[in-house]
Amino acid sequence: MHLAECVTCADEALRLREAVGLLHREESLDLDPLLRARVLEGCLGRRPARIPVPEWASPYDAEAARLDALLRDLGDGYWTAPVRLQWFDGAPVSRQFTVGQVIAHLTAVDGLVGRSLGLPGKGAAEYDPSGEAVPDAQVASGLLRHRAAMGDELPLDPWDRTWAHWAANRHLPGATLRSLWREQTHRLVRTVSFAGEGSSGLDVDFGNFALPFRQAFLDRAFECWIHASDIAEAVDYPYDPPAPRHLSQLVDLAARMLPKALAERRRAGLTTSASRLVAAGSPGRSLRLEIEGDGGGDWYVPLDSPGALASKEGMVAHVAMDSLEFCQLAAGHVEPERAAAGQVGDRAVIRDVLFAAASLSRL
Amino acid sequence: MQQRLARGEEAALGELYDRYASLVHGLAHRVTDDDDAADQVTREVFGYIWENPDAYEPKYGSLRSWIAALTRRQAVHRLRQYEHRGPGGPDEVEARVREANAAARADFIVTSMPAPLRAALELAYRERVDYRRAAADLGVSEDEARRRLRLGLQMLSTAMEPGGRPEPPFEQHDRRGPA
Repeated sequence: MHLAECVTCADEALRLREAVGLLHREESLDLDPLLRARVLEGCLGRRPARIPVPEWASPYDAEAARLDALLRDLGDGYWTAPVRLQWFDGAPVSRQFTVGQVIAHLTAVDGLVGRSLGLPGKGAAEYDPSGEAVPDAQVASGLLRHRAAMGDELPLDPWDRTWAHWAANRHLPGATLRSLWREQTHRLVRTVSFAGEGSSGLDVDFGNFALPFRQAFLDRAFECWIHASDIAEAVDYPYDPPAPRHLSQLVDLAARMLPKALAERRRAGLTTSASRLVAAGSPGRSLRLEIEGDGGGDWYVPLDSPGALASKEGMVAHVAMDSLEFCQLAAGHVEPERAAAGQVGDRAVIRDVLFAAASLSRL
Repeated sequence: MQQRLARGEEAALGELYDRYASLVHGLAHRVTDDDDAADQVTREVFGYIWENPDAYEPKYGSLRSWIAALTRRQAVHRLRQYEHRGPGGPDEVEARVREANAAARADFIVTSMPAPLRAALELAYRERVDYRRAAADLGVSEDEARRRLRLGLQMLSTAMEPGGRPEPPFEQHDRRGPA
């Protein structure tokens, strides 16, 4: 009533309504995830980096940025949405998690890589809530609670560590879980950039097993991609595979981890193919792994022992697969016996190698 | 951040992108209304910052407002280039430029307004909750929530007056910028 009578106020109401239209809704715009690589490449073309991100760390850098963009697009309404995680542990395993738990899982296991670099494992311990990296008061108070809750070091076993991390952080708002994870990813990329070659002699301790540092770092990129696509699938969102030059590093990682995984399964009595003991460095039998599509290539997988020389001459079997199918197999999303693969040669060897690939999904 | 960029840390460049890309791209898109042009502006803005890490002077304002102003300048430059090619006449382009300037000023005002006012505006107009819910979320009375919203909108509305709000001060000092 007042507005209809009072010209001054009606005028102001009109101006204020117009002002609403000026509010910039930056968060509503979906950024093309591939733009990041193009922009950074353009920048580095204009001025080369003096402290570059190592080639083997760039898949992790890119995958973390893609997952972060997905989480930003999803907003805060999805933290408790169910996500089905699958892996292969002798048989397919499938468990239900929430988006928040998946992020906690990534944070906890990424923390093992940080731990080997000497970074504090407490995630938020050295977080400065007054710093500009913390977006708002809610997140800051969550971080303080996190700091109060995290006393002792977490377990090293990836799943024990995940549950310990989750137990300590389950009350944090999703936005805080996201910034804890994201801050750690940035810190890891920054630290390995400074460490450069210095990190190559390190091992990352995953409790029951250890991986050389670069393999571990690439493995974290692989996990980040796989779990991001798990989240995307759960909320019916499109999610592309990594850029081909990153995918090729991830495929190469899985191919290089095969001989050891095969040897472990052989020791555990889980293989059926005939085995021969061959001294490290001597030629032995091999399986030719031919990966097609983006990121593909050819690998000769040594069958007799991880240290044996694998060559074309010793080839007893040949498997051809698409790169994404191979990654799905290594992620435990496809059963070894159902993987779409062209197979020629020793059936038992092929079966053992495909099962070894699926067993890589233990992380 | 500026020191890290100056040192040539690629990781800092990635973090800069992660923090500001949605601001830059969003603003560029708002000015040019074109995906490819917004991508191009984004490349140019980050390329410029990376190549000239010392161009930003903290005493004249926040990094965010500086980046916003750089983006606006570059996006307007793109828009003017279209004047020669696109179907719209010069008047139409100048109207778009004025609109873009108002949008950029509004963004600058929002990023520099007191946090309580900004929080109220964001709740009311980004999250689209009513003022009762906004009051509850902010932990203030409904009258206080209304007062903050009105003050915030009043500040924002000054962006619409041509020349009503001074440009970010560094513009007078810094003539360097992407071409």
